[in-house]
Amino acid sequence: MEAKRFPYQLVKTNTPPLWMRPLIPALILLTTFLITAGLILTAQVNPFQAYYYFLISPLSSQVSFLELLVKAIPLMLTGVAVTFAFATGYYNIGAEGQLYAGAIAAAWLGIVLGGLPPFLAIPLMIIGGFMAGMAWALIPALLKVRLAVDEVVTTLLMNSIMAYIVSALLNGPWRDPISGWPQSPEIAESTMFFKLIPRSRLHFGFIVGLVAIAVLWYVMTQTSFGLKMRAVGLGKTAAQFAGINVGRTTLIAALISGGIAGIAGVSEVAGIQYHLIGDLSAHYGYTGVIIATLGGLNAIGVFVASLFFGLIDTGAQTVSRAMGVPVYLGEFTQAVMLLVALGMYLLQRYRIVRRV
Amino acid sequence: MFIVKMQSITKRFGDVIANDHVNFQLKKGEVHALLGENGAGKTTLMRILYGLYHPDSGVIKVKEQPVVIHSPKDAIQLGIGMVTQHFALVPPLTVAENVVLGYQNSFVLNQTQIEESVAEAARRFGIEINPRAIVRHLSVGQRQRVEILKALYRNAEVLILDEPTAVLIPQEVDALFETLEHLKQEGLSVIFISHKLHEVTQITDRVTVLRDGKVVGTVNTADVTQKELAAMMVGREAFGVSRPDTAASAQKPVLELVNLCANDDKHLPVLKNVSLTVYEGEILGIAGVGGNGQKELAETICGVRQPTAGKIMVEGQDVTGKSPSELTKAGLGRIPEDRHEGLVQQLTVTENIVLEHLDEFTRNGVLDHKAIRHYANELIQQFQIKAKPNDLTRTLSGGNMQKVLLARVLSRQPKVIIAPQPTRGLDISATDYVRQQLLEQRQRGAAILLISEDLDEILALSDRIAVIYEGEIVGTLPAAEATPERLGLLMSGAVKEH
Repeated sequence: MEAKRFPYQLVKTNTPPLWMRPLIPALILLTTFLITAGLILTAQVNPFQAYYYFLISPLSSQVSFLELLVKAIPLMLTGVAVTFAFATGYYNIGAEGQLYAGAIAAAWLGIVLGGLPPFLAIPLMIIGGFMAGMAWALIPALLKVRLAVDEVVTTLLMNSIMAYIVSALLNGPWRDPISGWPQSPEIAESTMFFKLIPRSRLHFGFIVGLVAIAVLWYVMTQTSFGLKMRAVGLGKTAAQFAGINVGRTTLIAALISGGIAGIAGVSEVAGIQYHLIGDLSAHYGYTGVIIATLGGLNAIGVFVASLFFGLIDTGAQTVSRAMGVPVYLGEFTQAVMLLVALGMYLLQRYRIVRRV
Repeated sequence: MFIVKMQSITKRFGDVIANDHVNFQLKKGEVHALLGENGAGKTTLMRILYGLYHPDSGVIKVKEQPVVIHSPKDAIQLGIGMVTQHFALVPPLTVAENVVLGYQNSFVLNQTQIEESVAEAARRFGIEINPRAIVRHLSVGQRQRVEILKALYRNAEVLILDEPTAVLIPQEVDALFETLEHLKQEGLSVIFISHKLHEVTQITDRVTVLRDGKVVGTVNTADVTQKELAAMMVGREAFGVSRPDTAASAQKPVLELVNLCANDDKHLPVLKNVSLTVYEGEILGIAGVGGNGQKELAETICGVRQPTAGKIMVEGQDVTGKSPSELTKAGLGRIPEDRHEGLVQQLTVTENIVLEHLDEFTRNGVLDHKAIRHYANELIQQFQIKAKPNDLTRTLSGGNMQKVLLARVLSRQPKVIIAPQPTRGLDISATDYVRQQLLEQRQRGAAILLISEDLDEILALSDRIAVIYEGEIVGTLPAAEATPERLGLLMSGAVKEH
């Protein structure tokens, strides 16, 4: 009987050794490479070369490096938005819908505020987007705080409702009168985000994203409200016992989260598209959940994770363009990498022990 | 002849050694105590014997034959039965059905036949129980008897009892001991896990003392005194604290509960017109068997459960329905019952210490980290908390967690202190520390409400004792008049004294 048992077992340890930390990203890349290499071979290309284009090439030219930063902007914002909620134990899966709420506000304000100079119009647009995202987040937040309705379900369903609202707007009153396409009229030039570097797509939204990261760090580590949010997120009962108003803290965190997701929508409208369109967001709201989780719900982690996702987004395009492989190969690799990363973060808390 | 021999058993959990080369030998027909503080490794050793854990190394012999016990099923086949504090009974079924459950192999269940065979077994082992009774209607003591009968019915020759008296009132303990005496005469061997010295000396033949996972020694009970056993258990002379007999002279009421009622989580009434007064400089102990509304009483006073009727007053000021932070400001010191739930485990010691008083460490919404650090360092020193300020709370031992909570509450010099089960699960030195702190607060003039299921603790600390039974205060008496027997009668709901 005894001999038949597998000779090794996993034992949980609370703290992974320090030397493991820098090793983990490398292990993630290596494992993902091993898993995906087979599929890449079936596309009849060299996996090493494919990985070069995927991870290294985007960093080697200025154009693609800036593109990486552009892709990271909405991810930073939704990542920060989700982190505020998750850190408080409020599982906001609705950043996608809140982003579109902000985008609707931006598309509207972008026309209404056309007469104002940029230094007034742009801040007003950001505030408007924040409030729109907040308003859209208010309904599930109130349902949670007042009636204990599960927010995962409601915030997720609110995304579908928002998708239909956007579709109704674009196919109805906001349909472009000139082209007849389902997109809103172009916003006024004075409300467009200016470029940080001429002749690139890198726009003012990157600054907004950095500010959001800084705000996240400051609120979470330096303010009493940040400590209250973390206390509620990590131990509701204890927080309540210590005199923290759990309902109010949750509500405010949910609204901040929705507001920042709304700013992501503003940034995409005013920085990239200049219209409201149906596929304004490439699932940035959902990716924000992944980024917040991989970033360990802290500001620096969220920043690094959004840059990394910007990199593999850019890399997926580079590799398909350079080697003529289908773009889905890039998406496949992204998905595998995500699963491997989540697995690694789980497994780092275990060690392998030989049975005696 | 040794019926069970455990030789050099070692078991680790991560970095903790729960059993370190433990040797344990059980004679046929003896009651053998496993004595030790919480965390000494008693329960781990017995879970290994019952197949719930697998030892990392060591040999188990049953009737001189080396055996490998993979599961409780193996253990039962070897004639080993275990009764834990958490009963595995199905409440809507009868006693007989519970006893044969999982043991009867025939497809058709003949009700009369199983009732007869269970009644026969009960007679043989001298266990007084009606096989037709529905388990739901039984008291805790009777349920325990069903568990014992269940093990015996499966032909157990070795019976492991894990702290069997923890849930019993004194009269039920006496009945249990009679049963054990009877089983011994039948030739059964009993392993009695306990940390209560007077029970061990009363009922057992031999004692094996464990400390920090190691065997300190095995002795004949007749050869040792309680003091010697206590010394083996903790490595020093126990017992730490005693209440100075200075009765509070000024009878100034500080905490008053007036006809307090509350519902439990299922919205059923659980507190029924509780009226109590705690005076300045006294400890009022609430005795009672677990689950009679103690938890809800503490929660209601602490502001985390809303009363359905009645009033709570602190120094004449009505604080009913106030939020926890308002209660703290009103001078109510609240120690949570479950220290794991009462602290945010993933926050640091420092953060937990200031969590209740954040306003004082905040300027315009920004935390004053310097003042917080200073305050936390001071309290860590003053309350002898063995931790660094930035350690995550979950890495602390139970005793140090409790010290964090005491520091948070007592440093404020509260007028009232609510202390539900303040020493549950703590080792002797931490227990002494907590009790000493409560007595010092009493000397300072605080009004202390001590809720405890440990009758020894209630008797050692309280000036007056109130007994709670099914959510009602069934009697209040001065400590001097309280005997274990009198309290036992009140705790069992048999009598009321008003």
